[in-house]
Amino acid sequence: MGFLQILSARKVYQTPEGSSVQALDDVTINIRNNEFLTLLGPSGCGKTTLLKCIAGFEDLDGGDLILDSKSLRSVPPHKRPFNTVFQNYALFPHMTVEQNVAYGMEVAGVSKVERDRRAGEALDLVGLSGFGGRRPTQLSGGQQQRVALARSLVLKPKVLLLDEPLSALDRKMRETMQIELKNLQHAVGITFVFVTHDQEEALAMSDRIAVLAQGRLQQLDTPTEVYDKPANEFVANFVGTSNMFAGTVASISGDRVILETGNGRRLAATSTAFRVGDQVRLVLRPEHLTILARDETGDADVPAIEGRVRETVFVGSTMQVHADIGHGRTALVSHPHTRRGSSDIAPGAEVRIGYSAASGHLIPMRSA
Amino acid sequence: MAGDRFMAARKRNALLLLLAPISIILGIFFLIPLGIVVVYSFLEPGLYGGVEWTWYPYNYGRILGWPLNDYEEFDPIYLKIFATSLKYALMTVVFSLLICYPAAFWVSRRSERWKGFVLFLITLPFFASLLIRIYAWLLLLRPTGFVNTALEAAGIISQPLDLLFSGTAVVLGMVYIFTPFMFLPIYANVEKLDFSLVRASQDLGASPIQTFLRVILPLTAPGMVAGSIIVFIPALGNFIVPSLLGGAKVQMTGNLIERSFLQSRDWPFGSALALLIMASVVVVLMIQTVKAGRAKGGRPA
Repeated sequence: MGFLQILSARKVYQTPEGSSVQALDDVTINIRNNEFLTLLGPSGCGKTTLLKCIAGFEDLDGGDLILDSKSLRSVPPHKRPFNTVFQNYALFPHMTVEQNVAYGMEVAGVSKVERDRRAGEALDLVGLSGFGGRRPTQLSGGQQQRVALARSLVLKPKVLLLDEPLSALDRKMRETMQIELKNLQHAVGITFVFVTHDQEEALAMSDRIAVLAQGRLQQLDTPTEVYDKPANEFVANFVGTSNMFAGTVASISGDRVILETGNGRRLAATSTAFRVGDQVRLVLRPEHLTILARDETGDADVPAIEGRVRETVFVGSTMQVHADIGHGRTALVSHPHTRRGSSDIAPGAEVRIGYSAASGHLIPMRSA
Repeated sequence: MAGDRFMAARKRNALLLLLAPISIILGIFFLIPLGIVVVYSFLEPGLYGGVEWTWYPYNYGRILGWPLNDYEEFDPIYLKIFATSLKYALMTVVFSLLICYPAAFWVSRRSERWKGFVLFLITLPFFASLLIRIYAWLLLLRPTGFVNTALEAAGIISQPLDLLFSGTAVVLGMVYIFTPFMFLPIYANVEKLDFSLVRASQDLGASPIQTFLRVILPLTAPGMVAGSIIVFIPALGNFIVPSLLGGAKVQMTGNLIERSFLQSRDWPFGSALALLIMASVVVVLMIQTVKAGRAKGGRPA
């Protein structure tokens, strides 16, 4: 049971050239109370359009938006109990920080005493007490970000909408703000709907992630589920990096599935959703693959993949090994460099790549 | 240390060099004539034109109320004409604002190609002489002109309206002339207005009217103020429009100045009138400067 329900949302844009673009195509999401939901997708996937439709800046062409069992379709943006943190912050340049934060209360007719008190509290909450008298232009990007947050949170919205708010910050600042935002959301107990194209950001912050592509909802689940069990090829590629193999289910015993690729390669996976003969794709994350030492056998009946190291990239915590595994294919292995046998991995070396069947995730071949 | 001083000196020299052309031009063609006008305004008019080199504050006296007894008398007509000029200049400002402000928003939301075209249209009148364009209005407004003929043909009026040679005609003509000068600064301001601020205001619960009054208006005010000043100053001293479209009925200070110099050949009196207009413009500009300073947070720059 959702608290804010997006039901079969549809939105079509007319391009200046006369063609139409389906920005949202039958998107249904039940947003729960107090959750941190991320709308994740590449640019043009419809995530910002969806956010604008929730805020009321755009109207849906079909479907509905329901809050506490009432439709919001005919409610103008200034009457919706939602607030937005804009990508460029959109702070009013002709007002001080305090006036910015108090703006929403002022137009709502809250008394001056009450306004001052609550604006002060909100600025405390985001760690900007003492900055009230400054102009937004006198603040750093991160500080402006906090003012925008305070300005929205002070109104205690039912849902806080965040439109890629961290994209303009540098990497260090972004990581700090990710943690702060998450803590803030717990502290204030407000539902956050966060839009981003950055999958790491989405994985780090969200309670649930809605992956969107070409206006369609691809998957809606917790970060671990989205990462470990991507619903389809798009999600597997967009969230994290994947090694993918297309094949046909050759045999099933219990939940152990053996599939055979077109080149006759036999691979193992764990799933109960398929039958013998189904066309499937196997997703193996680079960290699920390991380079086996010479005397290692790996998982019992999982055939190791034979390959030759083409290139190694040391990234600190792991060694990224690109290995040619025949038929023009490359496997990416994320190999912990403290692991046994690491010293043998060098370009040109013959290696065997092992994995456990439990880590092999199967997705259906995209139906034509 | 020595390097710093060297750099500072270089900077100063560069500044002087860059400012030299404008300083020389303004010095020769603005300050010197202005000095002449100031000096003349305190001299006695010669009997057959020219000036007598004697101290004579009564040029101002004639206008403001301390005439030289038994020779000149104080006539409130000059102050009345000045008040009329102020009224027409302010009306011109208000009407051109009312036309240009919404138009600027409309244009700023068009596609780039449309914008270019509209801006071209706005500069188009400058291709024709001002005099010719004012004469065109004469033809439009006269009793047998286009407006009256059209209204009569449509059966709205039975006899021609008295459009020409009225305050209305003068304001109409000035609004027509000065609209581009009002439009361009407002448009430049409206064009760079960040529309996400309007969204933010709505998002924070402000009604459309609140959003307009508290966000759009304050952020576009500088353009309106700049446009108003650019229109007000030449409108106040304008003499072509009132002399062609106002006829004998409408007098503005500009006409008075023109007549003092060219017909009565009373240069000192004309100079005094001109300086009074200039003084009122300077007052307006000073108020604006002080206000702009305060809007920037009250901190001196």
